[in-house]
Amino acid sequence: MNDFNATMARLERAQPGKVILWTLLFIGGVIMITPIIFMVSTSFKTGQEVYELSIIPQKPTLENYIFILQESKFMRWMLNSLWVATFSTASVLFFDSLVGYTLAKFDFRGRQIVFVAILSTLMIPTEMLIIPWYMMSRSFGWIDTYWGIAFPGLMTGFGTFLMRQFFMNLPDELIEAARIDGWSEFAIWSRIAMPLVIPALSALAIFHFLGNWTAFLWPLIVINDLDLYTIPVGIASFNGEFQMDWEVVMTASCLATLPTLLVFLVLQKFIIRGIMLAGLKG
Amino acid sequence: MTNFWSKLSIKQKLAITAWFFLAVPLVFYVTIRFYPTFEAFYVSTLKWNLLGVKKAIGLKNYVKIFADEDFWLVLWNTTKYALVGVPISMIIAFVIAYWLNEIKFGHNLIRAMYFIPFLTTAVAMAWVWRWFYQPLPIGYFNILLSWIGIPQQPFLKSVTQGLYSIMAPAVWAGLGFQIVIFIAGIRAIPRSYFEAAEIDGAGRWQILREITLPAMKPTIIFLTVISTIGFLRIFDQVYTMTADSAGGPLNSTKPLVLMIYEFAFDEFKIGRASALTVILFLILLMVSLMQLWLMRKHK
Repeated sequence: MNDFNATMARLERAQPGKVILWTLLFIGGVIMITPIIFMVSTSFKTGQEVYELSIIPQKPTLENYIFILQESKFMRWMLNSLWVATFSTASVLFFDSLVGYTLAKFDFRGRQIVFVAILSTLMIPTEMLIIPWYMMSRSFGWIDTYWGIAFPGLMTGFGTFLMRQFFMNLPDELIEAARIDGWSEFAIWSRIAMPLVIPALSALAIFHFLGNWTAFLWPLIVINDLDLYTIPVGIASFNGEFQMDWEVVMTASCLATLPTLLVFLVLQKFIIRGIMLAGLKG
Repeated sequence: MTNFWSKLSIKQKLAITAWFFLAVPLVFYVTIRFYPTFEAFYVSTLKWNLLGVKKAIGLKNYVKIFADEDFWLVLWNTTKYALVGVPISMIIAFVIAYWLNEIKFGHNLIRAMYFIPFLTTAVAMAWVWRWFYQPLPIGYFNILLSWIGIPQQPFLKSVTQGLYSIMAPAVWAGLGFQIVIFIAGIRAIPRSYFEAAEIDGAGRWQILREITLPAMKPTIIFLTVISTIGFLRIFDQVYTMTADSAGGPLNSTKPLVLMIYEFAFDEFKIGRASALTVILFLILLMVSLMQLWLMRKHK
């Protein structure tokens, strides 16, 4: 990789266009984050100032934030989203890796069938299942519950497939040795195999958490109670309430976006590597 | 019990452990994935409003759908999202990835700027874009246009521009993911290929056309399929950006998933909605099978 970069760097040095290239890419990047910059800047503006293009507010104010936190159930929605996404991600990490490990490292009759069956669920789009899930939720009383939001995503075919790929690369001798030492199968999985696939686990966690945090269609259907809205459903509901107060709506959008952005800025390298890993394996 | 266990061979013990580990997941996959899949097919043959009596009507839901002019409009809209959105986003992403890969100074910073939109919530950003699309004096896009003397554009309120105005934030949000995957693809090419080409005196364009692009075919196929499926399932942006009349104006932006949502949860035509989900499933299945076919051809 480094040699490749070095070769390319040599190629670059011969060309004077590198500064121009850098500048163009930088301008493109600025355009990419412009919507986010305006969203953040507007959230600190007063109502009169909203229609001005200035990025730095003349009279920065926290009123919009105070308004959102007091007049809407935003904090509540944030906690709902956080709780559902965390619970669901924990479940996916546990079960997808357990199943992936079992399919990769145990030799038993029926393994191939189970694997193909789980893999085939990747072909089924969520949209096809929402009506049966809704019927199921109605008959079991899961409408307007956290469980109702979370249950469809407690295990995923994608995660199972990803984890299986990684566990297959672990040497069998490692597992055999632990067996001879008298470790239980569960301990071998949780204490020996799992620590060796942490990059894959973190990629899966990031994907799943982000997917849950931004999920809209299913929570919109299964939740009617304002107290149980997740962030996206809550923000969509602003349409009727605060219709044209753009600074208020921008503040809410800002609050919804900032947590993921902060996590990204802290863990950038980790996250990018995870996405590359997942993308290439999947 | 202990006696029974100790009599088993190691292979048998392992098989039992495996099924023990798989027990709960299998219950999940059967009840939350497979059973609902069959139920969707079954319900698609019913006339049912969720509360009343279920009436078996065979394939009539499908007949009604195919006779519905709105369905063909919606199908065409959905196709447009994919047919226009995928090539545009793929080309932009590849160009940026190709050049970004060669930059070392500030690489992480610039990559972050392109990647950040991928982390946003579509529903939250829909508000920002809606605001940008507003007429004068509110909307930034119209303000920018007025500076260079272009008359005000209706954007979301237009039958011709609405769909593309909704597509833009979808492309914008997906670009970062595509760029990261493309860069990974470029870096996975063995560097000896480039060195050999360099020694042979191949120019940049020649290297790109004859080495980089062919070697990246699997990455390109993977991203094309992922993005196509994403655009064919577009919903969040349309639902939130056209909230005054979902899918409007005059259904000109309505995609399949929104039509499914309205049939099922506004009009409670559960059978008809299920039939539509089966149609969506078949369309997505065709796209996935095409990927398998292309990948096989590649090998």
